[in-house]
Amino acid sequence: MNLNELSILSLYSAMAVYALAFIAFSFDLAKRSAAVTSATAADDRERLAGSAHREAAETSGGTTTLTRISARIANDAVTPYGRSASLRVGVSLTVLAWLIHLMSAVLRGVAAERVPWANMYEFAMTGTLLIVSVFLIVLTRADLRFLGTFVTGMVLVLLGIAALRFYVEVAPLPPALQSAWLVIHVFVASLGTGFFALGFALSTVQLLQFRRESLLASAKSGRLRFLATLPSAATLENLAYRVTIIGFILWTFTLMAGSIWAEQAWGRYWGWDTKEVWTFIIWTLYAGYIHARATRGWRGSRSAWLSIIGFGAVMFNFGIVNVFFKGLHAYSGL
Amino acid sequence: MSRPSDHYDAPASAGIVQPRLGFVGWLRWFWRQLTNMRTALFLLLLLAIAAVPGSLVPQRSSDPNGVTQYFTDNPDLAPLLDKVQAFDVYSSAWFSAIYLLLFISLIGCVIPRTKHHYLALRAKPPRTPARLSRLAGFTTRTAPAGTDAQAAVESARRLLKTSGYRAAVFENRGETSVSAERGYLRETGNLVFHFALVGILITVGFGGGFGFSGQRVLVEGQTFVNTLLAYDSFNPGRFFNDASLKPYKLTLDDFDVVYEEKNLKAYGQPIDFTADVTITPRGEDAESSQVKVNGPARTGGTDVYLLGNGYAPTITVKDPNGVVVFTDSVPFLPQDANLTSLGVIKIPDGLAEQLGMIGFFYPTQAEAESGAFFSSFPDLQYPLLTLNVYSGDLGLDAGVPTSVYSLDIDKMTQLTGGKTDVESIELTPGDTRDLPNGLGTVSFDDAAPGAQNGDFSGSVLRFASFDIHHDPTQLWVLSFAVLALLGLLTSLFVPRRRVWVKAVTAQDGSLRLEYAGLARGEDPALESAVSDLAGRHTDLLFSSQSATPAFEQK
Repeated sequence: MNLNELSILSLYSAMAVYALAFIAFSFDLAKRSAAVTSATAADDRERLAGSAHREAAETSGGTTTLTRISARIANDAVTPYGRSASLRVGVSLTVLAWLIHLMSAVLRGVAAERVPWANMYEFAMTGTLLIVSVFLIVLTRADLRFLGTFVTGMVLVLLGIAALRFYVEVAPLPPALQSAWLVIHVFVASLGTGFFALGFALSTVQLLQFRRESLLASAKSGRLRFLATLPSAATLENLAYRVTIIGFILWTFTLMAGSIWAEQAWGRYWGWDTKEVWTFIIWTLYAGYIHARATRGWRGSRSAWLSIIGFGAVMFNFGIVNVFFKGLHAYSGL
Repeated sequence: MSRPSDHYDAPASAGIVQPRLGFVGWLRWFWRQLTNMRTALFLLLLLAIAAVPGSLVPQRSSDPNGVTQYFTDNPDLAPLLDKVQAFDVYSSAWFSAIYLLLFISLIGCVIPRTKHHYLALRAKPPRTPARLSRLAGFTTRTAPAGTDAQAAVESARRLLKTSGYRAAVFENRGETSVSAERGYLRETGNLVFHFALVGILITVGFGGGFGFSGQRVLVEGQTFVNTLLAYDSFNPGRFFNDASLKPYKLTLDDFDVVYEEKNLKAYGQPIDFTADVTITPRGEDAESSQVKVNGPARTGGTDVYLLGNGYAPTITVKDPNGVVVFTDSVPFLPQDANLTSLGVIKIPDGLAEQLGMIGFFYPTQAEAESGAFFSSFPDLQYPLLTLNVYSGDLGLDAGVPTSVYSLDIDKMTQLTGGKTDVESIELTPGDTRDLPNGLGTVSFDDAAPGAQNGDFSGSVLRFASFDIHHDPTQLWVLSFAVLALLGLLTSLFVPRRRVWVKAVTAQDGSLRLEYAGLARGEDPALESAVSDLAGRHTDLLFSSQSATPAFEQK
């Protein structure tokens, strides 16, 4: 068995473990719903008011020394949700799957004697690895474990497509990709995608949470009951913003690094190649997202939609532009 | 441009009857609308949407052949699309209108903000609010017994000053306090970012007009002189002046390609292209240099890029008397990954009739079951050239420019290959064959005649196509881009915050210290910063008290 075959085997193993993690995270969401089920909508409203009181009391009186975002999130949820075994199992399985995934990428790199991101199969493999890495790193700073189903689910789907549709054999780098910028430009783009993915997930939950809060205000109750155990829409919006601006900076750098490389390889730093066009569109959409938060009438749900559309464009740029559009970035290997 | 997130536009006022607007009034109204944040956001999103069509339809700027093909494939739709400038989206009137309005809006927003920021930089921090308890991160400490209120506040001021705050002491109804603000760099970065974007737009818009780009194909051994006539194609910028071409000579000495031969799954994939060139600037010594795919040669104010390559078989045609009427290395355009190449040879003079030949070159010829030839490997392992000969009118005499890469056979008769019963002419390097109808002979010259039998590696010359560019704005654009990135980083990550420390003397005579902060913009660490300040300040008070016993005795 050669290194590449070992890499493929690891990738499939990682997918299996991600699937188990996905099940554990889903189980946790179901348990959250159950924890909320007993509480009626009216009860909920009371608690909402209560927690607001509590918050007000905290800020006015005591000496609050909150150093971590996580602490604020825990305070913020309407229904307190304690420790959950399935949640911890989910995180542990994700870490395990991430390790196997990492091994798979490293083996592919060693087998090819270069960085493992030079064609669609490898972009997908390394990109998803970075999405999970960003998720795990952010977990050490903020409790976003409730996004586990989203992250593991998305990674599973992407890896499935990569393994079935994008697989190509190990091949040497074509001359056009023999540049230090391959290492920098593509890596930073994938890392930025990791942050955008998390921002997308947070914005989606923010919209759901906002809908739930509006329903509560008009004395109705929604279907997704587990939302009561998650942070408030306002907190989710702040978290989404913090994650997304990091992605935006990385994307700005990707665009600039890409221009420098384009100048070296193609003789111009910007030529409206299809991939350049979409990189520009994504940059503009996220710039719009950042500005929307300072614009009357655009804060909240509208800006969340921009973040969601932005991530849609990122996925389009990766999955559709790379494969189906004609252009100079023809490195999918397909 | 983004105002700090604590900024809101004034709420829309309803029910105000406005006076009639004069011309200046309308101008002012239009200016207000344009520089309005919502308009700016709308234009920004519109720009994103307007960029989409350019990726769906081929563009003249990046894919001119694609546009031609599109016109052939969609004869009804294409002219309509052309009317709305869909093939030149990024220089179209509507795309330009959007980004110009956006940038005017941006400038209209940035200039007043720069003024505002300049004033803020010179102003004292604002007066301490009456009730700190309503503010973020509010916390209290008790000062060590006997601490003087003024001294406590003064030490807080000094501590804040050394932590990068601008601080001012206020006295209000017997309460002494210090008000401090930091993170002015956040707004500075924001302004720098937006000015840098304007800088990029201006340099690209105006500076780009001074550059040019040109293409030239060189066969191994050929020389190019940097003059306007020597280019195969040339695209000057708006303000380009051909006196600005610096004369130099560039010779393609050797073009070397390495193909993958070990990994069977990537067999034949090119892994290196190297053009060895000699560059001679006028009046200077020749210098050897290399041009690679990611490594342009930079000389005489121009950058020379390697964009393509292929084979250029050397073909000689003689008339029946043995007089050479044509001899040249003709670049053949590669048709597939294994470099099956297509080329055209035109012989207008010297023979009984005008002669055209369409040639296929196979670097490693193989035969499919159908009998068709193909190339099975891109390197020269078993090179073969086949020629279909046409006679008649080449269409060159009318003075209409024609492509050297295509043959118009409308007025010509096919003499070999295809439906004629005459076999195509097949040549390996060094071969000579008779032309049909006794027109003469054609030979495929061996570029390395002395090589061992069966070694074809040097038998056919290669060509390289170079792009030669001059863009005086590149460095400016890069500098502005770096400024924009730095500005972005500071504007998003430097926290702008105000903090206050107030000393309040309680009923029992003890001194209570109050600390609070206010975020101006996104500032997740505000509360921990305030509590950290409180901790450091009280530590300072306690340590200075034990260091100066005189203080204690007071």
